[in-house]
Amino acid sequence: MSYPIFSVNCFKFNTSFWKYMAVLVFASLTPAVDVLAGDSKHSSETQQLMRGAYLTRVGNCMGCHTAKGGQPFAGGLRLSTSFGIFVTPNITPDKGTGIGLWSKADFWQALHEGKSRDGRLLYPAFPYTEYTKVTRQDADAIFAYLQSLPPISQSNPPSDIFFPYNFRPLLAIWRALYFKAGVFQPEQSQSDTWNRGAYLVQGLGHCNACHTTRNVLGASKDDALTGGQIMGMGWYAPSLSSRMEAGSGDWTTEEIVTLLKTGVTERAVTSGPMATVVRQSLQYLSQEDADAMAVYLKSLSENESGTVASGVTFSVMTGSLLKHLNQGRQLYDKHCKACHGADGKGVPGIYPALAGNRSVMMNPPSNAIRSVLNGGYPPTTAENPRPYGMPPFQQILRNEEVALVVSYIRNTWGNRSRLITAIDVDRNKDSRY
Amino acid sequence: MLRLILMIFLCITGLTNVYGDTAIIVPDTMAERVRACTICHSAEDKAGRDAYYPRIAGKPQGYLFNQLRNFRDGRRYYQPMVILLENMSDEYLLEIARYFSLLQLPYPAPEQIHMQPEEIKRAERLIYSGNPDKDIPPCSACHGDVLMGIEPAIPALLGLSRAYIAAQLSGWRNGSIMRSQTPDCMSEIAKQLSDDEADAIAKWLASQPVTGESRPLSALLPELAYRCGQIIPANGGAR
Repeated sequence: MSYPIFSVNCFKFNTSFWKYMAVLVFASLTPAVDVLAGDSKHSSETQQLMRGAYLTRVGNCMGCHTAKGGQPFAGGLRLSTSFGIFVTPNITPDKGTGIGLWSKADFWQALHEGKSRDGRLLYPAFPYTEYTKVTRQDADAIFAYLQSLPPISQSNPPSDIFFPYNFRPLLAIWRALYFKAGVFQPEQSQSDTWNRGAYLVQGLGHCNACHTTRNVLGASKDDALTGGQIMGMGWYAPSLSSRMEAGSGDWTTEEIVTLLKTGVTERAVTSGPMATVVRQSLQYLSQEDADAMAVYLKSLSENESGTVASGVTFSVMTGSLLKHLNQGRQLYDKHCKACHGADGKGVPGIYPALAGNRSVMMNPPSNAIRSVLNGGYPPTTAENPRPYGMPPFQQILRNEEVALVVSYIRNTWGNRSRLITAIDVDRNKDSRY
Repeated sequence: MLRLILMIFLCITGLTNVYGDTAIIVPDTMAERVRACTICHSAEDKAGRDAYYPRIAGKPQGYLFNQLRNFRDGRRYYQPMVILLENMSDEYLLEIARYFSLLQLPYPAPEQIHMQPEEIKRAERLIYSGNPDKDIPPCSACHGDVLMGIEPAIPALLGLSRAYIAAQLSGWRNGSIMRSQTPDCMSEIAKQLSDDEADAIAKWLASQPVTGESRPLSALLPELAYRCGQIIPANGGAR
């Protein structure tokens, strides 16, 4: 049984068979790219398409521009934010409903300057604040690839943006405050690999869209990836520059690469929105680009001291506290121990260790709570096609029980972090239907 | 000699650390991989705190695969299922579907439900003859002459509880099970049923013992296969 990655209608295009095959192979199996890209028999146009397909993956354009279960790139996904609900547009080359009438220059203007074809200012739900760092050559390649897709006629409902944000001219003020167009400038003191990583992380990868705090006007605090609540989701995107959170200063670059490309390592498992990013985008990174990203990400917390402070106010376990935690321990023994072990060490690469696990101890505690409530599977990737999973414990545990068990895992095996209440748990429950 | 004893001692203590009672052996099996599923879905339907968890063991592979994709792709909605399946490939979902379809667990005993003779007659008529006036085909036309389903995508109607059947029928009637799947033939059929008819069908089916086996695809009449054919799309929203 075969499942085409993109619609089989590609054949209707005036692309040659080989071009189509190359793009298809490229888009589904990026490692093949290195071989094909080096083949001088392919025209520069074909190479640009392949490059565009790859970069479109790296930028994860499809992730937002595809509705759940919908046609790829035809838009229609609803992004819920505190400024309203943004409905992503159709970016297939359909002339009526997509970007079929756009030119290279129009596309560059959108990516680089955050302006639509007609000059309208775009809302930064489209991460042009990051995409502005993308080079013209890469933007052109992405555009060429998008234009090679089958056009899909699909009109999407308009965005529902709240007052006063729906008054578009206000964006001019926002842009004056928070946006500066400009392609990534390499730092001369750093290696080419580091600069390549920085270019991908800060630009196309738009890691900053989640891994930083946004202010009341939705602008990213800085581009230092210091962590923040993800807009419209209950998940917290941990800091990538702090060793208390997800800083990788003491990881090897190989380990970081493994996490990006497979979604799991010996000591960590991606979950929630990050698992989705790995499935949709990062697993397709070329080895070279994954290495570069790892080098850059590692450098973000390399100079930080490795101490883990948890903001805990109690240093000695008192009797009542121990009794409280003991209730959590009983629940742990019943529901969690079989996989995560009595010693909390888990099974490397399958069931993550909880002892010493930073996301267990992290504040805000939302990710640990959500993992217990929702359970989940790491993404299926080429390297990890049949992942093991965690049951959604909200089906069988009450809020109070989840609070007890999360408090316990945050305060045993040497872990220390603040206790969790049933209210913390309730805040992390999504609507169910 | 002392050195040798010391080495043996170190080896033994080292081994016990690695293979001591705390080590967890994870079987490389589907049963282990679907523990996230079986916390709710067991041999019998059961009512959870917020929802009803049907038995999925032994349902046809194609049917289960379709439901898994429907949840993942937003055609069938229940948040806990959506979250679990969000990042799974078609290949893995198919493997999960195959695992549960091959899982043979004993069926629960039929429910003891009191029915009036005319109610039984009404249910049997709809199930075996349908109602052509309202364009309701007999259940047996698609679900097999012994109501044990037709491979690979049509599930059995026996071995289900009254609560589950009633909930499914009302789900289709108010359009909450498979939104945006067209044609959604069960929804079209269920909307033609009156409350009494839906109730009679649920009662009758739940009170039957499970006998017989699912039928092969060839048992399905071509016009019905056509009517509901898009339930089994060639690549069904694959990505």
